[in-house]
Amino acid sequence: MKKRNALVRLYRWFFFRARGDSPFKRLLIHLLLIIACAISVYPVLRVVTISLRPNDTLLTTSLRIIPENATLDNYREVIFGAPEKNRKSDFFLWLWNSFSVVMVTSIISVALAAVSAYAFSRFRFKGRSAGLVFLFTTQMIPAGMLLLPLYIMLAKLRMINSSLGLIIAYSVSSVPLTIWMLKGYYDTIPVDLEEAALIDGASRMMTFTRIILPLSSPSLAIAFLFSFMGGWSEYLVARVVLQKNDLFTWPLGIWTYAQQFTVSWGKFAAASVLIAVPVMALFLYSSKWLISGLTLGSVKG
Amino acid sequence: MGEKASIFRKYLPTALWIIGLVALYLILRVLFAPHASGISLNSKMILSRIREVSLFLGAIAAGMVLIEVYFYQIFFRRPSHTITTIIVRFIQGFLGFITLLLVIAFFDLTDLIRLPEGPLRSFILFPTSGFAALQKFLVTAKMGPAGQASLVAALLLFLVLGLLFFLIQRITEPRVSRVGLAYLLVISAFVGVLFLIIYPFLFEIKLAFSNASLGTQATKNASYGLQYGWQNLVTLFTGNVAKDAKFFEVLGRTVLWTVINVTFHVTGGMVLALLLHRPMKLQGFYRTLLVFPWAIPTTIAAMALRNEFDLRYGFFNIMLNNIHRFFAGLSTQVAPLSPVFSWLAANIGPVSWKQDPFWAFVSILISNIWLGIPFMAVIILGGLQSISHEYYEAAEMDGASKWQMFRNITLPLLRPVLTPAIILGVIWTFNKFDVIWLITQGGPQEKTDILVSSMYKAAFQFYRYGFTAMFALVIFFILLGFTIVYLRVTGGLKSATE
Repeated sequence: MKKRNALVRLYRWFFFRARGDSPFKRLLIHLLLIIACAISVYPVLRVVTISLRPNDTLLTTSLRIIPENATLDNYREVIFGAPEKNRKSDFFLWLWNSFSVVMVTSIISVALAAVSAYAFSRFRFKGRSAGLVFLFTTQMIPAGMLLLPLYIMLAKLRMINSSLGLIIAYSVSSVPLTIWMLKGYYDTIPVDLEEAALIDGASRMMTFTRIILPLSSPSLAIAFLFSFMGGWSEYLVARVVLQKNDLFTWPLGIWTYAQQFTVSWGKFAAASVLIAVPVMALFLYSSKWLISGLTLGSVKG
Repeated sequence: MGEKASIFRKYLPTALWIIGLVALYLILRVLFAPHASGISLNSKMILSRIREVSLFLGAIAAGMVLIEVYFYQIFFRRPSHTITTIIVRFIQGFLGFITLLLVIAFFDLTDLIRLPEGPLRSFILFPTSGFAALQKFLVTAKMGPAGQASLVAALLLFLVLGLLFFLIQRITEPRVSRVGLAYLLVISAFVGVLFLIIYPFLFEIKLAFSNASLGTQATKNASYGLQYGWQNLVTLFTGNVAKDAKFFEVLGRTVLWTVINVTFHVTGGMVLALLLHRPMKLQGFYRTLLVFPWAIPTTIAAMALRNEFDLRYGFFNIMLNNIHRFFAGLSTQVAPLSPVFSWLAANIGPVSWKQDPFWAFVSILISNIWLGIPFMAVIILGGLQSISHEYYEAAEMDGASKWQMFRNITLPLLRPVLTPAIILGVIWTFNKFDVIWLITQGGPQEKTDILVSSMYKAAFQFYRYGFTAMFALVIFFILLGFTIVYLRVTGGLKSATE
């Protein structure tokens, strides 16, 4: 009798606890979340798995996460090439190409945006709202829409097959987005600070360089990161602008691996892991600020 | 003593950084030195790239400085009397005129306009040809190495312009301008946008009314005219957009693609956000794992998923095959339910993701949904966290059910976050084809193309330039119409532009 009571109590507690979520519900939620996590992580793990497979078992129907005879050969070949087959590794070349292009793009867009976003945020001048609406509209422009005229323009300027051409092509989407985002940031900085400085006799330019820029340096960093992330793993534009192997950015480079199914699947996976790990670490580390950048800049609507 | 200690402490982090970097360098050297022959990147390549890029940046910076100084003197300096006014305005007018000529020369160079041969052309091109002549002179006069003639010439030019500006600065006096600074701040970005967006856009419109294609060597031998624009438009709506596909078929698929993706993104993101939004253990851990698809570079994710859709060795078909065998086994073992299991076994099995149009479309949908859910989840979670608890407490007092609370509190209060996120989601998905491109390349037989990927193909696989430009304009107007309707409905942009 007593035992049954305890069971009923346990049952009641388990399913219908009065305060908060019942243990059953919590268990269910954790279970659902674990399933969701598995779905979101498993494909990434598969890439790691494939990168660890020895070359003779690349084509296997096994679903084990750590393969049999796991080896780091693929990584070695991606990083250091295969001297015994007289094959050089272009991995660092791709990274360097990507890095230099995206770095310069971000520098250009942040430099242009930091200054002009201030004007959009603080001054009321003719053409201001037209300019802002225009900047917003540029976000509606399809990615590939301006690509064709740009391509022809770059071809005429002899900038196809040059990293400068790619820098220009990336700036098209990066500059307006950065201006829009930084304007959002500047709007959140209270005007009182500048007014106080203006009363104390500072010039408008001084308030900008002495107050706004230092205060917004974190947001400048985020805008920089944003524009960097935007270009870093871009594939379609780079594919059009760059055709020479030694100019390839890494997405084009690892695509040459991914295309050949049997030969380089392992190498593709290894290269992906090597690139994705730092990017993901940076992303996860900075995601909080990235999200705030998105909500301030574009999602504000 | 105390002073010294603080100095030491002040520079400690810097010193540690330097030591760390040196250590990293040494480790990398030890690691890479024996294998250096296997790596194609070398210091020469790095240096040449740095040189190229810094020249480019330097040129942009110099151009910007010139423009800024020019407009600074227009806004903030006033000539003191008549003679200086004449001199200053003459110099400014002359510089403006030269700039105008350069812009026209640029239009001519990139084929936006075509100047007829003759004196007019050589007059308009004289700044550029003058610059070339200066370079040539420098080389023949042996005033610099041939490779750097253009750099030296540019520096000379810069010096001359600097002198002119200095002259103006000397013979003018300061004046106050209220909006001058605003324009000075905006002008650099304005020039950038002019060059990067407005100019290509004009070019696109012009291309749309042309018959430019590979046969006409892009714009070199192309003809322009309204009839070509009309022809492009007719081809777009009645003919083939890329190779075989028709416009409305692709448009329908694009709408389907957008609707399915955004629906799944929003509902999936909502479910995850609601699950996460409660005091619980491991929340941070789950959150980190759940944003993985967003954190991984799209290119890598798409290429990796592409391999997972392989007929024999991809994850999906391995799984389907396993399920198939499982049911087949059951149908022989569990006699009473045998017909059910054998039916299941007959219908569930490996799918040819690459050959079957339907399954190819499903495969890109799966990939894009997987990629897009975390973003929505994070946005919605942010929205949920901004909703005050008091609403729920009040509702609980009144005896509202969980569903009622969700329906009447959560959803309405999420709207300011949700509506723009959905709108941008729609626009981004409509335009997003890197996933499609990397997984199916629009195949089989262009059955998984959406509008933007068809356009990309028409331009860069079939080289139908004029047609593509018209195509792009049509897509742009579809999106613009959507945006305007959206802004009408929500009263949208006001908060941002006021």
